[in-house]
Formats: sequence, structure tokens, C-alpha cells
Amino acid sequence: MAVTLTARAAGHVQRTIAKRGKGIGLRLGVKTTGCSGLAYKLEFADDAQEGDVRFESNGVQVLIDPKSLAYLDGTELDFVREGLNEGFKFHNPNEKDRCGCGESFNV
Amino acid sequence: MALLQISEPGASPDPHQRRLAVGIDLGTTNSLVAATRSGIIECLPDAEGHTLLPSVVHYGRHGAEAIGYPALARAADDPANTVISAKRFMGRGVADVAKYGALPYRFVDAPGMVSIETAAGVRSPVEVSAEILRALRLRAEETLGGGLFGAVITVPAYFDDAQRQATKDAARLAGIEVLRLLNEPTAAAIAYGLDNASQGTFAIFDLGGGTFDVSVLRLTNGVFEVLATSGDTALGGDDFDQAIAAHWRAVHGLADASGADTRRLLVAARRAKERLTDEASVEEPVLLSMGQQVVLGLTRQEFEAISAPLVQRTLGPARRALRDAGVLPASVDGVVLVGGATRMPHLQRAVAAFFGQEPLRDLDPEEVVAIGAAMQANALSGNRGGDADWLLLDVTPLSLGIETMGGLVEKVIPRNSTIPLARAQEFTTFKDGQTAMAIHVVQGERELVSDCRSLARFELRGIPPMVAGAARIQVTFQVDADGLLSVSARESTTGVTASIGVKPSYGLSDEQVAAMLREGFDHASGDRDARALAEQRVDAEHLLQALRGALQADGNLLAPAEREALEAAMQSLDQARVGKDHRAIKSAIAALNTTSEPFAARRMDRAVSRALTGRRLDEVPLK
Repeated sequence: MAVTLTARAAGHVQRTIAKRGKGIGLRLGVKTTGCSGLAYKLEFADDAQEGDVRFESNGVQVLIDPKSLAYLDGTELDFVREGLNEGFKFHNPNEKDRCGCGESFNV
Repeated sequence: MALLQISEPGASPDPHQRRLAVGIDLGTTNSLVAATRSGIIECLPDAEGHTLLPSVVHYGRHGAEAIGYPALARAADDPANTVISAKRFMGRGVADVAKYGALPYRFVDAPGMVSIETAAGVRSPVEVSAEILRALRLRAEETLGGGLFGAVITVPAYFDDAQRQATKDAARLAGIEVLRLLNEPTAAAIAYGLDNASQGTFAIFDLGGGTFDVSVLRLTNGVFEVLATSGDTALGGDDFDQAIAAHWRAVHGLADASGADTRRLLVAARRAKERLTDEASVEEPVLLSMGQQVVLGLTRQEFEAISAPLVQRTLGPARRALRDAGVLPASVDGVVLVGGATRMPHLQRAVAAFFGQEPLRDLDPEEVVAIGAAMQANALSGNRGGDADWLLLDVTPLSLGIETMGGLVEKVIPRNSTIPLARAQEFTTFKDGQTAMAIHVVQGERELVSDCRSLARFELRGIPPMVAGAARIQVTFQVDADGLLSVSARESTTGVTASIGVKPSYGLSDEQVAAMLREGFDHASGDRDARALAEQRVDAEHLLQALRGALQADGNLLAPAEREALEAAMQSLDQARVGKDHRAIKSAIAALNTTSEPFAARRMDRAVSRALTGRRLDEVPLK
């Protein structure tokens, strides 16, 4: 069981947390919503919550609640640049299909 | 797929619910756009990495041909069609513009606002600003990966109603929903988080490329009040470049430098000025037009000596602003530096000495206004999670009132009232039997109507005839969160009312804005037609190619007459294809499709029978 960050994603997370001035890491999760059923949650983590599963990847603490982990196991989080746009991308092996916009997905 | 950003804890947006909101600093010299990404607010760069967009539009025969740096590059060879600093003309008439001295533009006194005749036709400052805003909108949408929910756009604190309205009109033309217009000094204060204090007095010292503003703000209970503004519309960082160039001309005997050399000197001077912020002395090689190469040196001491008079000139308005606000330098709780020119160390020393404290300069002074606007935009669009009700109140910049007998102004809303607000005042008739009342809305601090800016006029009719002073007419002024005004009048006994959404005399009427929008739509339909044409041409090409191939392979299926008819239809499509009418191509395609249907059917039969001939049924692939 693991969720990982690419070096680029980890670097960006570390820089943003440093600029933000607080945070112990990154919280990933899924919530049930959106046109394809599930949506990713990507948030700063200020504190750990009970039951959180923790990973460390490229120096970044990743916190995931156990329910979400079932959908996220094996995911690699990448940070990419597409033209002027830049942001995070989930490479999730559990994902079967997603809505056209890519903001929600299904397993 | 959409790229994701990190949200604050508990504030992950639902899919398709992301509200992209930006802050825009629409500056006289340069403009910027800032947004929140992964919790961090930053100015968005273009593809070349520039965050600044010079507020310059170059017009050619087909409209705005260049915006920003490429437009700026045209300023020298085509000044009349390169509009710089359009912000100074926003909401202004010809008489207002005259005071800026000689400008290379052909001004036209269009109804409402001065306009500029360009190669693309007459353009109002609103349209020029809209081009700049549109460029920033596109940059933001490309960077953030989606359509904008809205923007907070900053305006100088001293902008009156007409200028604010003009700014809003420009945003509307650019397809931007204005969440709020925000005073520039207030935005700078927000960027430094000064609004987190419960109260305080702050000075905002803004030395831009060509303008200087100093504002004194007071914060009480989360409301910023502009106590005073002062400045110099003809003082900016460019004057420091001029001073260096003049120094070099004197020292190196370049007195009769040509026009091109003057520009080269100014470019080198600007570079020298910027480098001297970090270096003690610099040398700038300049190739003059005569082919002569000179190396122009400058030390920081020299620069400080030659520009000392300019630095001194900033202190006069600063003193005046403090005096108008009734504030002593010592009771200022914070000084914020805004504008690229405030990076100069000797200017910072002068400001520190004047206010008796180190100014705030952690943020990039060029970006601070856009950043404050983006913070406000993020809050207004509801992206801040926990403390989502963080709303900043603003104040009216100038008093609003109506004309009373004798050309006097009766103030209904005093300046620095927090907005949004509504305030009513009762007036009465002046003559016996008076059945109508003219209401003239004015803006300004002066007592005489002739000294104030006229905003609107309307009439209340149907007042029952009464003796003078008996009628009671309630006039209500309402100012929305953007500082824009609507006025209504109501006679209490009969209930007759009249009202007006104030169209500032220099602002644009709805019809004018509608006409401009329509013009935009006209272009849109032109664009759409061009696209349709291209698509139909491609379709035609495909069809013709397919048929030519089919004729070659199975042409013997057709009787000579049939073949002739088909070739004629192909011919006519081929002709329509080179034309410009996408509908004609479409109908020719349809016609050819109909003509070729029997041929296609016969080809199908032949293919099927070929596939079946000499085979047993169980050998035939059924799918």
C-alpha cells in the first residue's frame, strides 16, 4: 500500500508549504460527487486526524484517511505544466474512467 | 484533464465548482493579473515569463494588432496608432485631456468621452482598456485552465464616478465580470495584511512609471477610509531615466543626439537605474546611430545626486496628504511602497526619513496592488473556506449631492461614507403650484454646482400643486459596492416616483456599450463564418477525393449519362469550394451526395457479390 509523489510534485508541495508558512504535509482523499462519481481532494494538512494513514514520499508527508486509501492505493501524484497552466495530476491505477473534464472519476 | 491545485484544509472544491477569480491592476504604464494557486497568491506571467503587461495597444487597419511589449515596440515608429496610458483619458472630455500637453494622438470629441482616431477607426479609452483587460483575461484563463468567475479591478483612490464607470464598462467589453472595484492604495494595504489589524493609519507611497500618488488610509473596524490623496500626475520612474540620459548627454557632449539615439540613451538609462539598486556603479555600452560606440558610466552617488530633486518632489505631495488627513508622520502606523520606482535605495531612505520609520517592502512593489486585488477576489468568490465572510468595505471617494436653488450643492452622501449604502433626504418645492422638480446629481467637495462634476439630471413630474414648501420630496441616493450610484425621488402624498441609474456625463450610455458589444458580436459571427467555411472546404475535399477514387475503380457501373451527371455535380462542388460562401459549399456537398447515392449503392452491391461469389455461406464473415 502506498501513494507516492514525483520529485517535481514533492518540490512544488514543499515550496508552497514554505510560502504558506504552516502545514505538516499534504492530505489526499476522494469524495463522492461529480459527474463520474468520485472526485479527488488535494489539501494542505495542518494536523493529523485519527486513523490517517501516513506515507512519506520525496520528503513530503502524505496523509490519507483509510476510506479514501482504498481508491487511491498505488496513485502517483505528479506536477505538470501544460502551456501556461500548471497543476497536479493524479496517476491512479484504480481509475476506470473519468468525466471529460477529468475533475471526477470512477473506479 | 484539469490540473488540480492544493486547497486549504476542508475547502476542496467540488468538480466544476472551482471559481477562478483574479485581481487585476489596470495601471497607467503597466498592468498585471494575480490569482491564488495552491493557497499562494502570485502574479501570473505570460509565456515569456513577464508578469507586467505594458498598458499599450497598437492599432492597425484590422483592429488591435499588438498589446503589451510588442505594442510598446511600435510606439516610436507609429505613435499616432499606439495608445499609451489610456487610463489617463478614462471618463475624460477633451478639455480634461488638454492639460496633459502635447500628445501624438488625433483626439475626437465623441459623445461622452474623448476618443482617439486610429488606423482601426475611432477608439475610446474604454475600448483601449478593454483590449488590455482582455489580454489579461486570456492569460489568466490559459494559466488557470478555465473560464473566469470574476475579477477585482483596482482604480486610483481619486477616480470619480465617471472614471469608475468607464473602468467597469471596459471590463464588461473584455468579457470580465467585475466582482468589485477596489482603490489601489487599499489593495496595497490588503496585500500586506494591514486589514488584519483592528485599526491604524497607513500611508501608501506609489511611484509608478509616469505617475505618483500618495494616499493616507485609516482602518477602523475592518473598513479602510481614504483620508486624503495627493500626488503628481507628471512624476514617475521615467523621469529618473530622463535625468540619467540628460546627465550623460551633458558629460559626453551628446547634446544633438538624434531621435533614435535619445531612445537608446533612455533604454540604457533605465537599465543603469535598475542595476544601481544592487550595484555601486555600472557601465552601459551604447551604440549610437552614427556608428559610434560609447560606454556610459554611472555611480550610485552620481545617480543620487542628479535625481535628488526628483526624490524631493515626492515629499511635497506626501506632506500635503498628511496635512489634509490631519495626521502627523509619527502617528502613521505603516508605510507601504508601491511601484517599481520605489526600489531605488535613495528613495526608500528619503521615505524612511520623512515618516520616521522603515517602509514595508517585503512584497514586490510592482505586484503588490494586483496581489491585494487577488486576495479580495478570492474572498469575494467564496474560495477562502473557513472565514468566507471576510469582506472588505470601501468608501465613497467624493461627496455626492444634488443642486439646490442658487446653484448650490446639498450633500446627500459625504465623502468617505462606507459603501454599499443608501441615504435619503427630504426636499421641497420652491414656488407655489410647482408640479415638477429637476434633480441634478453632482459629485465633488465644492459648494457651487459649477465647481463640481455633473453626474446626471432627471425630473420628477406629477407633484400636486401646493404652496411652496408644502410638498415633501424624498430623494434617495444608493451607492452599490462598486461605488456606483442610483438616485430616486418620491413625492410622499401622491407616491409619484422618478429614478435614474446614474450615467455619469462622461461615462458611456447603455446604448454606446451595447453598440460596442454588438461590434464584438459582429466580429464573433465573422469568426464563426470563417470557421464554417474552413470546415465545409475540408468536407468537400474529402468527398471529391473519395468519389474520384470510386470512379476510377468502379466507373464502369455507371451509364454514360449518369456519369456525366455525377461529374457535373462534382464540377459544381469543385467550383463552390474555392468560393467564400460556406452555405453554397454545403448545399453543393448535399447535392453531390444525392447524385452519387445510386452509384454508391451499386458499388456496395458489387462489393457484396464479390465477397460472396464462390464461397459457402459459413465462410462468409458475418460481421
